[in-house]
Amino acid sequence: MSNPGVAIIGVGQTVVGEHWGRSLRDLAVDALLSAIRDAGSPRIASLFVGNMMAGELTGQAHLGALVADFAGLRGIEAVRVEAACGSGAAALRLGCMAVGSGAADVVAVVGVEKMTDRPAAEVTASLAMAADGDYEARQGLSFVALNALLMRRYMHEHGVRREEFAPFCINAHRNAVGNAHAMFPFPISADDFSRARMIADPVSLLDSSPVCDGAAAVILASVDTARALGRRAVRVRASAVGTDTIALHDRGDLLELRGAVTSAARAYEQAGVKPADIDFFEVHDAFTILSVLSLEASGFAKRGEAVRLGLDDEIGLDGRIPITTMGGLKARGHPVGATGMYQLVEATLQLRGEAGANQVRNAELGMTQNIGGSGATVVTTILEAVA
Amino acid sequence: MNAPHTWRQQAQRYLLEGVQCTACDHRMFPPRAVCTECGAASMRPHRFCGGGEVYSYSFVYHPPAGHEEFAPYPVALVRLDEGPLVAAQLTDVATDDVAIGLRVEMVTRRVREDSADGVIVYGYKFRPAIPPARR
Repeated sequence: MSNPGVAIIGVGQTVVGEHWGRSLRDLAVDALLSAIRDAGSPRIASLFVGNMMAGELTGQAHLGALVADFAGLRGIEAVRVEAACGSGAAALRLGCMAVGSGAADVVAVVGVEKMTDRPAAEVTASLAMAADGDYEARQGLSFVALNALLMRRYMHEHGVRREEFAPFCINAHRNAVGNAHAMFPFPISADDFSRARMIADPVSLLDSSPVCDGAAAVILASVDTARALGRRAVRVRASAVGTDTIALHDRGDLLELRGAVTSAARAYEQAGVKPADIDFFEVHDAFTILSVLSLEASGFAKRGEAVRLGLDDEIGLDGRIPITTMGGLKARGHPVGATGMYQLVEATLQLRGEAGANQVRNAELGMTQNIGGSGATVVTTILEAVA
Repeated sequence: MNAPHTWRQQAQRYLLEGVQCTACDHRMFPPRAVCTECGAASMRPHRFCGGGEVYSYSFVYHPPAGHEEFAPYPVALVRLDEGPLVAAQLTDVATDDVAIGLRVEMVTRRVREDSADGVIVYGYKFRPAIPPARR
């Protein structure tokens, strides 16, 4: 069902990067307090914390109580939400349900991930937990390898060359230059892309989002409460979760992200809009192949044709459908459980007209899509600027 | 992987045993309680023949913990002759010979480094199919 009455009244984010000096709780509290300040410091009733790997990489569970405690919110309702790389937007979805149902008046949602404390092989093994543990991860398939299987099959079926994926990476890096919170605020060239070393063939370093730390948060309230507080609000027109098989090998059709098809269709229905109405789209570009499959599943390109959107420069800030407007997962960074929240913070800034050099002109309707695993959980959110 | 975890999956790892739906005969690997085709919840064990072909593949250069000693290694989605896809490593194959459509067969191999409690983890991998005349 739709959430016609829910608004985002505050946002906060940390810089994405390798935060050697800052802990999981430091990052979460930083983003959360920024968002609360941005919202005019309302009283928070509930907190949802999106996170994937705190147990594996920090040795910390129970993040709801931890973050509430250290943010000075002791006593409030607080729980952690986990849906692999989709944890952030899944937490937002629960926040919307809490406000939309009237269960809570003002809700805080924070996504956080701390990945850089552990060696690469451990992080790789933890990320693989997003897949089927027994029948993918333990067979030696890394999470990158699963995306490589998708990309290889896509290239085979649609006759696409590896170099043709380059515009997605180039666009993300170009947009990160204007984002003060991005991990990689520098441009890359088509040459850089074709020379990048392989992680899991045909997925190269420049197809892949980085291991990093970060946290991002929003404050939700009913539209009426937002008005009473006198806050500049962005309305949540839709927030929808779709699921698919946990394992790639159980998909009837490998190249159709069924979870994204379902999630996007539900979101369009909730909002009463169609793809052509969307002014910009924050895609989940954990790997370039996911941008392509996400654009196709969400109705922005026909099957096998999303690569053309990149080649024809339709995805830039002035293009037909701007994507990854602040750098995306590739260049802003992908602190896994925080990523969905970064997308939502960035979309909110676009719709408030505060995206600086990266402002999409006349942006009124923005969409984000946060993907867990290889597409097993997909959360699509549609936001609207409110005058 | 601990001993009970490895032990309880013997039929899958050593025999490629999945299930067949008693209502619609759809065959699935790994086993599951509810049929993905018809929704019936009545299964009997089904042992797959082990033959298939490569549907997609990759080479892992940055392995997860527990697989470092094998890297780089080829992995694939294999389309089994009975229909399901299975995710597995390829073995006994030259890099240049790996291709979509390559005929393969299941073999039993060490699939990861030995676990801390001493269990040697054997399981299925796939190698290029050897024609019957050469067996």
